[in-house]
This record gives sequence, C-alpha cells and structure tokens, in this order.
Amino acid sequence: MFALIAELSRWAIPGVLLIVLLAAFVRGVKVYETFVDGAEAGFSTAVKIIPYLVAMLVAISIFRASGAMEVLVAALSPVLDQVGLPAEVLPHAIMRPLSGGAALGIASDIIKIHGPDSFLGQLVSTMQGSCDTTFYVLTLYFGSVGVKKYRYSIISGLLADLTTLVASVYIVNVIF
Amino acid sequence: MVNYVWLAMIIFGIIVAAVNGNIEAVTRAAFDGADAAVKISLGLIAIITFWLGVMKLAEAAGLVRALAWLVQPVMRFLFPGVPKEHPAMGAMMMNLSANILGLGNAATPMGLIAMQELQKLNRRRSDTASDAMCTFLALNTSCITLIPTTIIGIRLLYGSADPTAVVGPTIMATAFSMAVAIIADRMLRKIFGGRER
Repeated sequence: MFALIAELSRWAIPGVLLIVLLAAFVRGVKVYETFVDGAEAGFSTAVKIIPYLVAMLVAISIFRASGAMEVLVAALSPVLDQVGLPAEVLPHAIMRPLSGGAALGIASDIIKIHGPDSFLGQLVSTMQGSCDTTFYVLTLYFGSVGVKKYRYSIISGLLADLTTLVASVYIVNVIF
Repeated sequence: MVNYVWLAMIIFGIIVAAVNGNIEAVTRAAFDGADAAVKISLGLIAIITFWLGVMKLAEAAGLVRALAWLVQPVMRFLFPGVPKEHPAMGAMMMNLSANILGLGNAATPMGLIAMQELQKLNRRRSDTASDAMCTFLALNTSCITLIPTTIIGIRLLYGSADPTAVVGPTIMATAFSMAVAIIADRMLRKIFGGRER
C-alpha cells in the first residue's frame, strides 16, 4: 500500500505533464505559446505575496525569538495538563500552525530525546504529519489574490489544528 | 481577527523581550523574518511560473473542466457558490490531490491558481475573503499528505523500529481535523456570514 502510494507520488508530475501536453496537442492547442502565455503571470504572483509574507513572518519571528512562546506554554500547560496532554508536546502544538520549520525542529528534538517509538515520539510524529502550517498557508494564499480580510478563516484553521492535537493524543493513546 | 492576532504576537513579543532584558532579539527577529519571507516568495517564482504555464495548457485542453466535472458531487456540496465545471473546481481538486500525494512543489502553485479563479467569482469586495475561499483554505490546511515523508525520515534517523507506524494514526487524525474544519467552516459562515452580494 505504502509502496503503491510512493510510486504514485513519483509518477504524478511526469504523468500530469504527459497527459496535459498530449491532450492539448490532440485538441489542436498551440502548446508552446499557450504555456508561455500562462506562465507570464508567475513572477507578478510571487512578488505580490511578499508584503503579506513579510508581515506574518516578522510577527511570528518576534513571537518566537522574544521568548513569548515559552510564556504562553507556561501559562497554558496547567490547563492542558488537566485534559491529559503531555506538557512536552505543547511547544510543538503552539508552533505547528505558525511555522512548519520550527515545529519540525521541536518534533525532531522530542524524537531524539524520548525515542521515536516512545509515546511522546509517536504522538509528536502524528501531530507533525497531520496538520499544516495554517498561518503560512492563509497568508500565502490570501496574499496572492490581495485579500486582506480573512473573516473567520483563522478560527476554522485553528479549530482544525486543535482537533488534530486532541485526536492525536486520543488515537496514539489507543493504538500504542 | 487577523489584525488582533498579528498585533498580539508583536506587542506580546516586545513586552516579553523587554522583561527578559533581551530587547535586541526583537530587532534581529524582525529582520530575519522579513528576510525569510522575501526568500520564500522569490523561491516560489520558478514553480509558480512553471505550473501556471502547465495549468493554462490543461485549461486550453479542457482537462480542468473535465476534472471539475468528475469531482462534481463532492465539490458541489463543499462549494455551493462555485458554478459546476468552473476551472476553480478543477484547480482546487488538483491542489488537494497534490497535497495528499505530498507534492508540495505542485500543491502551492495549484492552490494559488485556485485562489485566482475563486477571486474571479468573489462577490464581496476584492480585499475580502469569499465563502468559497474560506472553505477551500479550511480544507487545505487540515488536509495533509498520506505519507509524511519528512517525519518518517526523522524517525528512521533516530532508529525507530517501525518508522511508518505513524501513517495510520496520522490519516485518522487528519480525517478528524478535516471533518471539524468542514463543520466549523459551515457554522462560522452562518455566524459571521450574511451580506454576500
């Protein structure tokens, strides 16, 4: 099963390219011209994202480097202790929606210290794998089309992240 | 909402740094963050340009519409505001598939293309997220790869007896969070919704 999915991943992009090019050619599309036409907007799209990403990453970077995250962890850990969440994974849980790289760093630390097959190791692996960097995705995607008012997107994104946390604790508890 | 979160992160950060006597960390962090943001954006130029070209071809060949038609039943339910067979449906589907297969390099450009298509349908002001955008991002941030290769690699590195043991739990946890994301999106739309012209 895993081998099958891995194989599928390896073939996905060459496969898509092959299908798209052949289908376009058969339909009589001028392939080269059409590709260049579409690709033209690539630079401006990427550049458009810059101010949004700068704003968000500066805030996240300050939040991390100042030690504010540790303060938040210290404030939240008694609460989360009550619901059975190990305090060790709390920094990861807070970092996961903010910064993918930082969360991965915390996860590998926990895996290194406690071992990959320990309860904490399995838990943090599951948490790392099962959610995305909410703030980064929102900033990037909304930024690319110039949307500044995210409405309730942050709330639904964070609710999903919270669910991942609770579900991971429950599932890992049951399985391992 | 984003205003408050953003403000809180910076102000709280400055206060904590000041209390810790570590105020210069804020200056460094601000510039580091800005630097990282520009590097990420510029790094995206290549793949965005490439995939925009490919997507234009796929659209011209009628493939995006065909894909949109294929996934119609599910997508109609999730995105009632988007006309069926609209290119946005095809692009969103390609983004989600690329995410599931763990093709980060393809997933992001596809997602940005989907956002551009959704923006064309946006009936609010162009600086405000549409309902469909919120749903799409709720799905996008809660849906993740079937095989988390990075974390499996790290587990392997630290001598796990069974590095892929977390694949099952990961998929289960993702299923939960996707379900909550969809439900929360629907409920929040009712609460904050209204006035889509």
